[in-house]
Amino acid sequence: MSSPLLGIEGGGQANASMESGFPKNPTFTERNYLGLSDCSSVDSSNVPSPCLNLKATELRLGLPGSQSPDRDPESSLTSSEKLDEKPLFPLLPSIDGICSSSTKTVVSGHKRIFTDAMDSCSEIKGLSDGSWLSAASGSDSDPSKSVIQGKFSTNSNVKGNVSSGDQVAKGVTTNLNKVNASNPPAAKAQVVGWPPVRSFRKNILATSSKNNDEVDKKPCSAALFVKVSMDGAPYLRKVDLRGYSSYQQLSSALEKMFTCFTIGQCGSQGGPGKGNLSESKLRDLLHGSGYVLTYEDKDGDWMLVGDVPWDMFIGSCKRLKIMKGSDAIGLAPGATEKSKNRS
Amino acid sequence: MFPEEVLEHVFSFLNSHTDRNTASLVCKSWYEMERWCRKRVFIGNCYAVNPRVVIRRFPEVKSVELKGKPHFADFNLVPEGWGGYVYPWIVEIARAYPWLEEIRLKRMVVTDECLEIVAKSFRNFRVLVLESCEGFSTDGLAAVAANCRNLRVLDLRECEVEELSGHWLSHFPDSFTSLESLNMACLGSEVSFSALERLVARSPNLKTLRLNRTVPIEKLSTLLQRAPQLVDFGTGAYSAEIRQDVYSRLADAFSRSKNLKSLSGFWDVTPAYLPAIYSVCSQLTSLNLSYAATRSPDLTKIVSQCYNLQRLVVLDYIEDTGLNTVSMSCKDLRELVVFPSDPFVGEVDVLLTEQGLVSVSQGCSKLQSVLYFCHQMSNSALISISKNRPNLTCFRLCIIEPRVPDYVTHEPLDVGFGSIVENCKQLTRLSMSGLLTDRVFEYIGTHAKNLDMLSIAFAGDSDLGLHHVLSGCDSLRKLEIRDCPFGDKALLANASKLEKMRSLWMSSCLVSFGACKLLGQKMPGLNVEVIDERENVNSLPEYVPVEKVYIYRTVSGQRFDTPDFVRIMGKDKDDLFSDKGLKVAVLFCSNFGTFRPCCCTRSRSL
Repeated sequence: MSSPLLGIEGGGQANASMESGFPKNPTFTERNYLGLSDCSSVDSSNVPSPCLNLKATELRLGLPGSQSPDRDPESSLTSSEKLDEKPLFPLLPSIDGICSSSTKTVVSGHKRIFTDAMDSCSEIKGLSDGSWLSAASGSDSDPSKSVIQGKFSTNSNVKGNVSSGDQVAKGVTTNLNKVNASNPPAAKAQVVGWPPVRSFRKNILATSSKNNDEVDKKPCSAALFVKVSMDGAPYLRKVDLRGYSSYQQLSSALEKMFTCFTIGQCGSQGGPGKGNLSESKLRDLLHGSGYVLTYEDKDGDWMLVGDVPWDMFIGSCKRLKIMKGSDAIGLAPGATEKSKNRS
Repeated sequence: MFPEEVLEHVFSFLNSHTDRNTASLVCKSWYEMERWCRKRVFIGNCYAVNPRVVIRRFPEVKSVELKGKPHFADFNLVPEGWGGYVYPWIVEIARAYPWLEEIRLKRMVVTDECLEIVAKSFRNFRVLVLESCEGFSTDGLAAVAANCRNLRVLDLRECEVEELSGHWLSHFPDSFTSLESLNMACLGSEVSFSALERLVARSPNLKTLRLNRTVPIEKLSTLLQRAPQLVDFGTGAYSAEIRQDVYSRLADAFSRSKNLKSLSGFWDVTPAYLPAIYSVCSQLTSLNLSYAATRSPDLTKIVSQCYNLQRLVVLDYIEDTGLNTVSMSCKDLRELVVFPSDPFVGEVDVLLTEQGLVSVSQGCSKLQSVLYFCHQMSNSALISISKNRPNLTCFRLCIIEPRVPDYVTHEPLDVGFGSIVENCKQLTRLSMSGLLTDRVFEYIGTHAKNLDMLSIAFAGDSDLGLHHVLSGCDSLRKLEIRDCPFGDKALLANASKLEKMRSLWMSSCLVSFGACKLLGQKMPGLNVEVIDERENVNSLPEYVPVEKVYIYRTVSGQRFDTPDFVRIMGKDKDDLFSDKGLKVAVLFCSNFGTFRPCCCTRSRSL
């Protein structure tokens, strides 16, 4: 099968053992990939020998654009075109430390390797340098933590604000070598799926607390998930309306979500402000892109989105639908006559 | 060598799936005997096996249980359209098992068409349990009601149902009298009360009745009087203007329900009506007040009378004082669930802290299972809990703010959770939260030898953490991780472990496309699904982390019902010989040595 390809760096003997071992040997020996196998019966040539340490292709774990201590400083990059030369799995620089220390020592047993690695790690400037001991809740002043958190807040964004690959790479690169105190973790922002409480439970409590006089009324900030369907799309999505504060945001989020299904799309030009997706804008959509955003309100009627102030909208919206413009004629904003359009 | 009849008789005492699976591995004749007499099949991951394979092996099945989406789908982490369609299964089992009696589905997409097939294909169909399912409407329910003449159980647990009308209930024919259990609590539409009342009246075996929110409190007494044999009752919206006659009737009806052991419902509670249940409190073994948005004094009065309570589900409105009462009054408590009343508010208004849990752990010696949401925790509290209750089997703690440390010492909660896994040797399920470093995973890998399911979020420092878990937890079958700095190394180093598990979920971690592809290529027994909704995902370099990856073992190969944002990695043979595939393989091996695929024997029994 693929054995010749895999045995290349390991030397001739490894090659042979790979070729013979690959189809015939049915058992899998667990290996410590951060160092060496502890099976004495295994070829020692399976151990990557230090002299074959090809720096340029050496697997490191560091973030794109990261500098690890051994690395040529010139290869510290910020431009995306050079990212291709980067190590294959560039993640945490600290793992880098584990990598290089373990190739030097021959040890048996997994735990010792990791302990050694952990010890050497703490000397290397990196993310597991023990600074977590001082990290207070939600602390973002820890520079090493901030990279991860910055990354995670990008990843943990409310659905719809999905980071593209470029964004991730750039964001991480810029974060890396600076003290990034201005990048707080997603502490106060709502993270998708956190805390792990079912959606129906969140919605129910929201309405329950409104009804019950005995419970202190707080501004209701529970998530409000509604389904979004689109004509012609094979499946529907859910969005949390409380994750947005304007029609503008909702519109662009939905556009991102459904672009793969659509040629024309809901426009995302800047509107004059909150809740002001103007009549003319909607008409542009109707005539231009071919798709409009509609919603089913509490009474079961289908209305054009953008009609009412945002807060009123999220209070009455039960679900959303991206319709073809031609189907939505008759749902003009401000129309008193309610349309009978149903999906 | 036993004659077949003896073997069959012996096997009839084996009820657990594990026991049956083990017996089938003893020898060929036991395998043959067992497969012919297995009546109940449980498939924990609907994509792990093909329905035809199941049918071929077990020809005499009466009960099928299937699970679809991963657990994190409950929290909206699995995009719509991912999969979990039950239709292919329904079609096959409708053809193969005309005498099927029971179907239980969890987290699957069930369409009306599926329900119609079920309704019309199985003459002796008795039990339909749909838990956290979606994709069907009340029309599907109507088909079941109209056609399943021998139905005993219709249990819709937390499903998302398209509500076209409440009329479905009226489709149960007048001749239908076999109902034993009806749970419609998740439905929103109003059913005809008279139809409901008549249904209850003609169902002498009705033991479980869980109403939905639309059934008004005034009508409850009528239903309770019709069904004095009820064991499990769920109210509708428990609110009304305070009227003495309504109250008296209700209190009276409850006092006559001598068989009632379980109560739930209680939406929109009007506290003045709560004392109506006092007369049954001492009978109750299970009480779910998690929709009752009422304050601690009301809740405390109730629990203080529940001497026989084994299961309590409640909101954090119960506060530490209420839980203290629980610890003194509910000496038989086995399971405690405390949900947050307002999960997103920054300031904490409710006086529920770690102390409530500590007192319950002290006072309730039989406590085994905990799900607890709170805002603060300390290592010393966790250590106390672990020492008080070494018999814990399920411990799920959710500190609402991510990465919150010990509020007293400001240290991570490693030591606290470490104490849990060290002292609670029978722990099978653990969910963690708060500030946690790699150290906690070292403790888990060392001590949690019986752990079956582990949920991790916003924790750890490096791949070391994941490595500890995968290499140390011998019994681990389900691992779900979100927002942790775990990447390729630990995953690839423990590739063989993944074949011994049901599934691994990792989202917002640092696992790269390249690693996923490699894993998929090298492990034919695994499906490595990358779930990534980014627009430009096809042009991302291979070292970029994926949004989400779901890895599960399977004997049925890759599935073909995936949406465009799901990629099953590494199954395309071309990948291995492409430039990119070559580069991945070479670079990986230069540092890690050779990577042999796992060719362990496929003795996986179903």
